[in-house]
Amino acid sequence: MKYEPVIGLEVHVQMDTQSKIFCGCSNKFGSEPNTNVCPVCLGMPGVLPVLNEKVVDFTVKAGLALNCEIRERSVFARKNYFYPDLPKAYQISQYELPICENGYIDIELEDGTSKRIGITRIHIEEDAGKLMHSADSSGADLNRTGTPLMEIVSEPDIRSAEEAKAYVQKLRTILKYAEVSDCNMEEGSMRCDVNLSLRENSDAPFGTRAEIKNVNSFKSVERAAKYEEKRQAKILNDGGKVVQETRLFNADTGVTTSMRGKEDAHDYRYFPDPDLVPLVITKEYINDINEKLPELPDARKKRFIDEYSLPAYDAAFLTSEKTYADFFEKALKTHNNPKGVSNLIMSELMRQVNDKQCEINDAGCSAENLAEIVKLIDKGTISGNISKKLFEEVIATGEKPSVIVEKKGMAQNSDEGELESIVQKVIDANPDETERFRAGDKKLQGFFMGQIMRESKGKANPGVVSQLLNKLIK
Amino acid sequence: MRDLKKEDRLVSETISINDVHHIATLARLKFEETEAEKIKDDLNSILGYMEKLNELDTTNVKPTSHTLDIFTVTRPDETRPSLSNEEALANAPQAENAHFKVPKVIE
Repeated sequence: MKYEPVIGLEVHVQMDTQSKIFCGCSNKFGSEPNTNVCPVCLGMPGVLPVLNEKVVDFTVKAGLALNCEIRERSVFARKNYFYPDLPKAYQISQYELPICENGYIDIELEDGTSKRIGITRIHIEEDAGKLMHSADSSGADLNRTGTPLMEIVSEPDIRSAEEAKAYVQKLRTILKYAEVSDCNMEEGSMRCDVNLSLRENSDAPFGTRAEIKNVNSFKSVERAAKYEEKRQAKILNDGGKVVQETRLFNADTGVTTSMRGKEDAHDYRYFPDPDLVPLVITKEYINDINEKLPELPDARKKRFIDEYSLPAYDAAFLTSEKTYADFFEKALKTHNNPKGVSNLIMSELMRQVNDKQCEINDAGCSAENLAEIVKLIDKGTISGNISKKLFEEVIATGEKPSVIVEKKGMAQNSDEGELESIVQKVIDANPDETERFRAGDKKLQGFFMGQIMRESKGKANPGVVSQLLNKLIK
Repeated sequence: MRDLKKEDRLVSETISINDVHHIATLARLKFEETEAEKIKDDLNSILGYMEKLNELDTTNVKPTSHTLDIFTVTRPDETRPSLSNEEALANAPQAENAHFKVPKVIE
């Protein structure tokens, strides 16, 4: 029997602040263990947490970017549980009154249509520490304790593993545009929990769900959802019942396993944190942040199509990362040929980005240099053929394209007089082919072009050569 | 405070002995059966007073999570010096490789 999966995602995003959420310890990733800690984040008695104002800015910014309503009064709550990565034995979070609610994002599906996924809420909380496990004990590093997090909870609107992946990707793109997090999944600054249940058809009530934790890449979101879908379908087809539980995804094996001993985990006994006073946000403050919000990916994509006449594919690709879109528009300031610049970014520059696994701005070719290469092609100074070689030289030396063209003699030869003598030389050297070409064998055009290009060391302007060839062989 | 006679006391019947054991587990506490019985009675007696308070009509009263009339206390996003690793671990019963050493938590 076939079932329809119903998926909702909880995504935790670490905010890119200097200091932690409730104390002045550094929020830097990768420090020596237990060196970014103080009495507040270690949970010593008698300390008072004070909220980082940037955390409010970032969460409101993210909320607006995700089309949420911003609650004017929100409250912090204590979520109580015992675990060695949580020194206070409670996590400061938000429960009944989260800061953002009722948002949505639109994701693109493979058939080209778009689908709206609701966002139930975004709340602020503190991250827990990290545990290292050895044979007979565990070690706690509390540097991460108190890292500001926003938890973004989706509505159960997602209906396939592919949609789940597309949702997380879109979320990441938007949050990176809003500049609230680096959303680096490898370093754990964006982490997902997948809630999945099955039902017989789209009119049936929701089934019992399992919550899958530790899903930490786009690929894993898709794989974990697919595995869980199969696992639950088998249980139901065998006449069994799905148990509501927390499961752990293993990225090496692609399998989810039950986290035993977590049956009490959901009895968190939330209550308002008496240490933290309510957070009240004014309309002026929200408007102020809204005005400063950068252009978001959907709007930018539309503008790229309207303003630069780019194909939808190019516009979607270039706006998929804010850095790509910024690079593209910077290049246009040097040379305004949107499609030419887009082509060179998507082909040669992306090859570099993929080979080096780097950011677009670290690939070795500045926006100005890339635009200059396109300009040199458009002006006819270099041939399209030689532009690849020129691009490689720019990457290798970092020099300006025009300087390299001069130094390496890459300029295309458009001098009719000079080219005519080369064309004539090739004609004289190939009397048979010339005869057949004259008689109408048009296939030989390629042969002649090849010979002439070789004779000119690849520098002949093909347009000029083609005209000369037809003139001289008439 | 004057002693209430037993029959005057407001005693709830909300908490069962199982609830006591459940709450004890969540709080990492352990009680003998006789202790648990006593705690059950104590808790029900406290809840009894709460039920009395619930008789008040509070429809138009906002929930009070904080008694002070202040809100939105924040600080600028600036770092301040942290403790050294030695200081951080100074009170730990056990430490190893710059970490707090705790009983193994994952099988």
